[in-house]
Amino acid sequence: MSLNSSQAVMYNDTVVRQFSIMAVIWGVVGMLVGVIIAAQLYIPELNLGLPWTSFGRLRPLHTNAVIFAFGGSTLFATSYYVVQRTCQTRLFGGSLASFTFWAWQLVIVAAAVSLPLGFTQGKEYAELEWPIDILIAVVWVSYAIVFFGTIAKRKVKHIYVANWFFGAFIIAVALLHVVNSAAIPADMMKSYSAYAGVQDAMVQWWYGHNAVGFFLTAGFLGIMYYFVPKQVERPVYSYRLSIVHFWALIFTYMWAGPHHLHYTALPDWTQSLGMVFSLILLAPSWGGMINGMMTMSGAWHKLREDPILRFLIVSLSFYGMSTFEGPMMAIKTVNALSHYTDWTVGHVHSGALGWVGLVSMGALYYMIPRLFGQKQMYSIKAIELHFWMATIGIVLYIAAMWIAGVMQGLMWRGVNADGTLTYTFVESVKATYPFYGLRLLGGLLYLGGMVVMLWNVLKTASQGQSVNAPIPPVAAHA
Amino acid sequence: MDINTLRIIATVASFVVFIGIVVWAWSRRREADFKDAANLPFEQD
Repeated sequence: MSLNSSQAVMYNDTVVRQFSIMAVIWGVVGMLVGVIIAAQLYIPELNLGLPWTSFGRLRPLHTNAVIFAFGGSTLFATSYYVVQRTCQTRLFGGSLASFTFWAWQLVIVAAAVSLPLGFTQGKEYAELEWPIDILIAVVWVSYAIVFFGTIAKRKVKHIYVANWFFGAFIIAVALLHVVNSAAIPADMMKSYSAYAGVQDAMVQWWYGHNAVGFFLTAGFLGIMYYFVPKQVERPVYSYRLSIVHFWALIFTYMWAGPHHLHYTALPDWTQSLGMVFSLILLAPSWGGMINGMMTMSGAWHKLREDPILRFLIVSLSFYGMSTFEGPMMAIKTVNALSHYTDWTVGHVHSGALGWVGLVSMGALYYMIPRLFGQKQMYSIKAIELHFWMATIGIVLYIAAMWIAGVMQGLMWRGVNADGTLTYTFVESVKATYPFYGLRLLGGLLYLGGMVVMLWNVLKTASQGQSVNAPIPPVAAHA
Repeated sequence: MDINTLRIIATVASFVVFIGIVVWAWSRRREADFKDAANLPFEQD
């Protein structure tokens, strides 16, 4: 034993702990900005009449904060946690992992400053100006070195499926970011896209939809494939299915982007291609959802007493729902109704709040007590409360947006017998108004749940102390 | 060669590779390895 402990090396859990705590903090910040802009749509005066707090500047701040600050920090934390434990070795690259933490926080702060000041490349989810883009690329290459270096020095034969998903997410995001951010700088904080016209639009939505596919799907499926089996205490339902749906996702996601450009200047065949690939995507998406759900088979009773498991499983239900809704909305005739309406906003949030948010919270609730040498979170009751606030919040949000969106679509296409439009645009805005109130209420509930989580996390951290778990001796499974 | 011929070859080759992956994943010889891999999360902490 003394021999073992003297040889024992610790996992690098310091960087995991840093990213986990920041994920919760950025979650609160990003969702708060979301609630503020939802409130601005209900009470426009809340923009304070200032350029820095106007909807157009705060909206990209919200999306960047929740996707890249909250989601990104969660992905760094979980991928570093999972890759070490499934490769049974310490993170590769020494202090490079620490560099990814501090540099990623710097990216987030740069975004939080530059977006309200009005610096933007004007590309959705890729707004940040070129100097920040370069910093992102540097962080991402470092991330890839740490992650794949750890896989290369693994002490086990197989590469666990969660790492396949994390690996695909890291490679694809590097590719997407570099291609879509290609720009010609005009000065320090202004640049012009390297592409023009419809090519620029296609590159943007190739990026945009794959940000959904690889950042918000592949990465979070990596989380699902580790934390669902761990929390249920049984291996994944079908390892074969995980491999097949992984490759199916990789082969199809790359082509789905054109569905963001239906009925535009994009060639018709490209639109149809995007639609068909989006429809095919239903199969690999549901492959992952079914695989996660079926891991529960025989252990469904655990849902009753385990709120963390409830987060993970309900997230899969929302994943299944939004990946059914997505392909449906990609059908051109359905898109003719849904595009540019709040239905799209509802769809995004059923995926973002329901799938990405809940699976992240479940994984963080699993990791955080362990990272602070505790058996469980400070308050299980608070996790329960968070779960119900989040779930009710999501349902209110997406139901409001569904009704608002379909109503807007129907009003905009309403035509009188003489060919004139039945409704003016402002009539559809007026009809939408109460649903913006309902959406604000849903968002407030979801944010409230996140604040409860922050309180619970701070209590758990202050009760325990930072612990780096030992790497088990290799001989045990040689 | 016409660019479309290249595109057709790439598409068909991708499809064949995917079918190959499905056959490989379902081959009986992989069963034991997959079982080991699926248990990796339970070998530590």
